[in-house]
Amino acid sequence: MALLQISEPGQSTKPHERKLAAGIDLGTTNSLVASVRSGQASILPDVNGLELLPSIVHYSADSKPIVGSDAKQYKISDPLNTISSVKRYMGRSLKDIQSKETSLHYDFIETDSMVPRIQTAAGAVSAIEVSAQILSVLKQRAEITLGDELSGVVITVPAYFDDAQRQATKDAGKLAGLNVLRLLNEPTAAAVAYGLDKGADGVIAVYDLGGGTFDISILRLNKGVFEVLATAGDTALGGDDFDHLIAQWIKQQLDISNELITDTQEKSVNNQIINAACQAKQNLTTQQSTTIEINIDGVKSTLELDLEQLNVLIDPLIKKTLVPCRRALRDAQVELEEVSAVVMVGGSTRVLRVREKVAEHFQQDPMVDINPDTVVAIGAAIQADVLAGNKPDGDLLLLDVVPLSLGLETMGNLVEKIIPRNTTIPVARAQEFTTYKDGQTAMSMHVVQGERELVSDCRSLGRFSLKGIPPLVAGSARIKVTFQVDADGLLHVTAREETTGIESGIEVKPSFGLTDTEIEKMLLDSMEHAEEDVAARMLHEQQVEATRVIEALAAALEDDGDMLSEEERHSIETAAANLVEVVSGNDDRAIKNAIQELDKVAEVFVSRRMDSNIRKAMAGHNVNEFEA
Amino acid sequence: MDNTRSNTNSNKGLTQNYFELFSLNVSFDIDLKKLSENFRVLQQAVHPDRFANASDQERRISVQRAAQINEAHQVLKSPQRRARYLIELQGVVFDDQVNPVMAPIFLMQQMELREALSDVKSSADPEAALVKILSDLKFSRTEILNKLGEQLNRPEHANIEKASQLMHELQFLDKLQSESELIEEELMDSL
Repeated sequence: MALLQISEPGQSTKPHERKLAAGIDLGTTNSLVASVRSGQASILPDVNGLELLPSIVHYSADSKPIVGSDAKQYKISDPLNTISSVKRYMGRSLKDIQSKETSLHYDFIETDSMVPRIQTAAGAVSAIEVSAQILSVLKQRAEITLGDELSGVVITVPAYFDDAQRQATKDAGKLAGLNVLRLLNEPTAAAVAYGLDKGADGVIAVYDLGGGTFDISILRLNKGVFEVLATAGDTALGGDDFDHLIAQWIKQQLDISNELITDTQEKSVNNQIINAACQAKQNLTTQQSTTIEINIDGVKSTLELDLEQLNVLIDPLIKKTLVPCRRALRDAQVELEEVSAVVMVGGSTRVLRVREKVAEHFQQDPMVDINPDTVVAIGAAIQADVLAGNKPDGDLLLLDVVPLSLGLETMGNLVEKIIPRNTTIPVARAQEFTTYKDGQTAMSMHVVQGERELVSDCRSLGRFSLKGIPPLVAGSARIKVTFQVDADGLLHVTAREETTGIESGIEVKPSFGLTDTEIEKMLLDSMEHAEEDVAARMLHEQQVEATRVIEALAAALEDDGDMLSEEERHSIETAAANLVEVVSGNDDRAIKNAIQELDKVAEVFVSRRMDSNIRKAMAGHNVNEFEA
Repeated sequence: MDNTRSNTNSNKGLTQNYFELFSLNVSFDIDLKKLSENFRVLQQAVHPDRFANASDQERRISVQRAAQINEAHQVLKSPQRRARYLIELQGVVFDDQVNPVMAPIFLMQQMELREALSDVKSSADPEAALVKILSDLKFSRTEILNKLGEQLNRPEHANIEKASQLMHELQFLDKLQSESELIEEELMDSL
């Protein structure tokens, strides 16, 4: 008989097995890393005690890239090689960037893979690589502070990020050598930090206006479960845009022409004006008026900007955030009166006019007593701690949604929606198609994301083709295509011909993403002794997974072995023995195959256990109900 | 895009109907509080976050189950989808494509709403005009749903024909709703 193990609630039975995990807020303007230590989530500062890492990377020909505050000074002296606000370019094609930005700050070059690159003194870099530089610095900071390697991280993304932008963020994490446990929506992360801190239950709205993105999320909080009811936003709207409007005003006042600036000299003037605009905006969060000083070719000019004028400039942008607020409430099917708190997140919510307008819209004063800069990273750290397995008995559960509808192109450039926006994830929808020609063996599909009815107004996520359809009479093939959005908000598409059972598991490769070869090449470039390293890494990964499978199976057989017939148990044990045999070898492919073989025979067992989990949970809950 | 499709939901693995899954009576009026409570209980048991350190296979199956529970929850939460599901549980296949004969009064209302919708963009305050239409739509929807409830609260005795008729009326409203939302998207983009 097994002895009862007694441990304090919430504590792991083996404290030394506690895994190091961190939450990373990869922001447009600033990035942060946080971690849970002794039960408390906190921001991990750098050696100088600074919490915020400016999201700026400076590239030079002869030394390693410089990240953060040290890179900031190069904004004016070396603007083309100093990349800031790179988040705006994540998952975007050159065409997108050209249509969204009023002027291009860098020398963009087109590439084969649709991921544009920026020409720098250190060569051409993609937004993913620039982000990976920032992540690497945060990784290093965390590992120095925590004293060991990180086992996994949660990286936050704007809730309104589409599939391509999410995929790019995950790729950046991979490139920085991080194990990305989850992509977490920023407003959800903020809600977790806020909700756990205040012990709040009920419906809350999170208004998140950052440097370059805007999100509004409506959530229901209930005993540790954070259920997102709806989200809306704009991934190209933030404090940066306030700065640009103020900068334009400065130029008008000083009579500087606002043509597309390409010359380095002018770019540096431009950056000077933007910096001044940003400073003026910040000053006006605590004072009624501010003085702006601009120095061009030794000629100094000064200007006064008061609160009233600032409000006139930015009101249209603030108004632009209120329409999504209304839509989110409607999608959530929540009345204004039900919202018990409006949580303000993101540095731009320090702007007084933003607070005023939000208060007016939600008919209540927003919560401004939490730190809008750090709350997202703190929430991410809490989630990372749970996902790393440090809180096996915790209640915390986050249920998020798909921010934008997913659809397919149909005839006439129209979109047919498959998964509507604000559907809780994970979600799977299957749809059946047939062939329209005799003997047709291939078909292609175009997956798009967005709310508009024309394909050209939505965002193209990728085209994928289904090949090897058995040649049949037109209309008799039954091709079932399943669209699945996982807990990271990433889309996976699989297709299967139902009459013959031919399956082609196709992960939709977003047309804006990097190809696997590109990622592999980047990894290779970033490592010495690269090839051996990659091979060793792959073997190690398979061994880790195999060990996990073997241990999980042993525990499952011990607990629930009685769910299996003699025969079923025998075939599982045979496959498991085979895996044990190959795991210590150095053939990663043999291990992979053995895992797949075991998976096949154990599928029914895992399913039964999952269903038994469901029954147990419901039974336990209903018993409590009677007792109450 | 190649054509002809039918919407099927991925149901592999679940043998209970959605009401049974959530321990609810098979009826149009349901205890919404119990629905969301049991939804949380079920997700606590199967959500992929609970299996972050499990094997790939367990994680895959947890994603499948979580998706099925989400689907069931959304069907039961939405009165319209719940009604349709109840009709289908009676063994009736509800056909969207059939064009039913609608009552003249209903059609008149629809035409008025449609006219108002086409005037939105040219009105002095398009946003306000749209908000008005959306609230009118919401009101009509509530009315129809109440009638549906009367039919489907004892689904085995329901007048399926009458219920189907009401479902078609709702589809008219859906169309207007999504057209209104498209206009809203355009207004948002033009800001």
